[in-house]
Amino acid sequence: MSLLEINGLTRRFGGLIAVNDFNIELGEHELVALIGPNGAGKTTVFNLISGFYQPSEGSVRLNGQDTKGLRPHQVTALGVARTFQGIRLWGEMHVLDNIRIAQHYRLGYSLMDCFLRTKNYTQREKAIDAIAWELLEAMDLKDCAYELPRNLPYGVQRRVEIARAMSVKPSLLLLDEPAAGLNSSDVEGLIKLVRWIYDNYPVTIWMIEHQMKVVMSLCSRIKVVDFGTTIADGTPEEIQKNPTVIKAYLGDDTI
Amino acid sequence: MQKHTVTIGIFALFAVIAGLAQAGLLTPYHVSVLMFMGVNIMLATSLNLVNGYMGEFSCGHGGFMCVGAYVSSICTVLMFSKNQMLGAPLLPGYLTFIGFPVALLVGSLAAAVAGLVVAIPSFKTRGDYLAIITLAANYIVISAINNMEIFGGPRGFMGMSATENGMKAVLDIPWMLIFVMLGTLFTVWLLRRFVTSTLGKGVPAISQDEIAAEIMSVDTNRMKLIAFMLSSGLAGLAGGLYAHILGYVNPQSFDIMRSTEIMVMVYLGGMGSLSGTALAAILFTVLMEALRFLGVWKWVVIPLLLILLMQFRPEGLMGNKELSDLFPKLRKYYSFK
Repeated sequence: MSLLEINGLTRRFGGLIAVNDFNIELGEHELVALIGPNGAGKTTVFNLISGFYQPSEGSVRLNGQDTKGLRPHQVTALGVARTFQGIRLWGEMHVLDNIRIAQHYRLGYSLMDCFLRTKNYTQREKAIDAIAWELLEAMDLKDCAYELPRNLPYGVQRRVEIARAMSVKPSLLLLDEPAAGLNSSDVEGLIKLVRWIYDNYPVTIWMIEHQMKVVMSLCSRIKVVDFGTTIADGTPEEIQKNPTVIKAYLGDDTI
Repeated sequence: MQKHTVTIGIFALFAVIAGLAQAGLLTPYHVSVLMFMGVNIMLATSLNLVNGYMGEFSCGHGGFMCVGAYVSSICTVLMFSKNQMLGAPLLPGYLTFIGFPVALLVGSLAAAVAGLVVAIPSFKTRGDYLAIITLAANYIVISAINNMEIFGGPRGFMGMSATENGMKAVLDIPWMLIFVMLGTLFTVWLLRRFVTSTLGKGVPAISQDEIAAEIMSVDTNRMKLIAFMLSSGLAGLAGGLYAHILGYVNPQSFDIMRSTEIMVMVYLGGMGSLSGTALAAILFTVLMEALRFLGVWKWVVIPLLLILLMQFRPEGLMGNKELSDLFPKLRKYYSFK
């Protein structure tokens, strides 16, 4: 059974078809890219998977379970984490709290436990803390654990956002333009980080990315969409030579 | 030892205050100011959960206080005093020690349920629109009670003093003062435990970025339900105590004026700071008494102070900081959970 199975996914906004008959199947432990010109509907696909939008037609299945009607936090509890195009950290809470809160779906204690500070509460909070510190250490963020995200450089904020997504312990990690707004040395760092996560965690990573350097050096498989429709699917080499892809990006030379 | 310094300190303070009141060193006027201070702390800190931590603008806190005040008053009057409509007391006076806390609890629960009127719309509605809903909730409560003749309607409801008298008949110490102090401690303790837990931190996460909260597995509807019901429930507890301090309540004392007063305390103290709000509530109560000589002009001076505050220190006295953040060196002498 595949990890993620999308069949005939379509989303309409009024008269606009943002995503049209989108299909993909992802197995366990893959590194895949979704590319396409601006406005092609890539982020909409991610929003449909994470339960932020409901599909007009078609289905999204995670480990065989249809996510129809699930609210975003319920989809996340199934093991899907994501980052955002613009960074969406909780700016007024320190980095450690940002990473703790993303473990909400497996808090494992009730409101009463919280009021009474039961043994269960103490143990669970300790476990949550331990996971958070482990991630901070692994992703070289330990020094800024008590910093507010808004005071950190942009590249570090990205890393915090990815760390926050990883604290969900996802089986599917969706990265929405992770390299957007990064300078070239930060991009190098990002490539290393994504590679490191892929090597060290049993996770399938699916990223939307415009910087071909990132896509080509990381992903074994690339899917290209334009105007909501899939126009190509294959290895980086195949995609680079594909005439439809070149046309979508550079336009038709016969005017 | 440091585990208990705060607890010992608080109870020692309570004992000193109660002792001074008992010995007559505090006049009844001072005692009543102290009690209103406690009630104000409860109201302001509980509203802070919604207006500060959750970043919504609830301006109907007085309504929930009203529900708590009336429900608990009806309970105690039913149990311990003679009322034209509700008949003779059902229980003997010495049972007030059990009856009064139970009545307060029933009042708080009723107020928490009333909080649903705001909590459920908050799933879909935010900001200005939700603020209008909270305002409407305030009016619904006041208008409903104004029209209930059985509870006195606009003339008000009385007979609650029988409760404290019942207690004093057993042992003559300032019971209401003690109950108010315990209620205040309970409120701050409960709120503090909630907002410092990972569960409770879901509330500011909603305020800072609701979409991120949803996507990072925070059940936003559940968090809103908890925040609104906890906030209104504790306001109900404050209302119950308020009613029994005065021995008389009328619907007008819980109208929009009251809600505004509570809001002023929250914004004065700093949103997202429990100790700041508590300090502001103390300061506000003292200020209200100090400005008593101005008469009605008080209500010109206080809003003016609010305007100045918003101009020169919009984050309030404490902003997001807690008292313990201001004196980090003292931390080694205590630990507070």
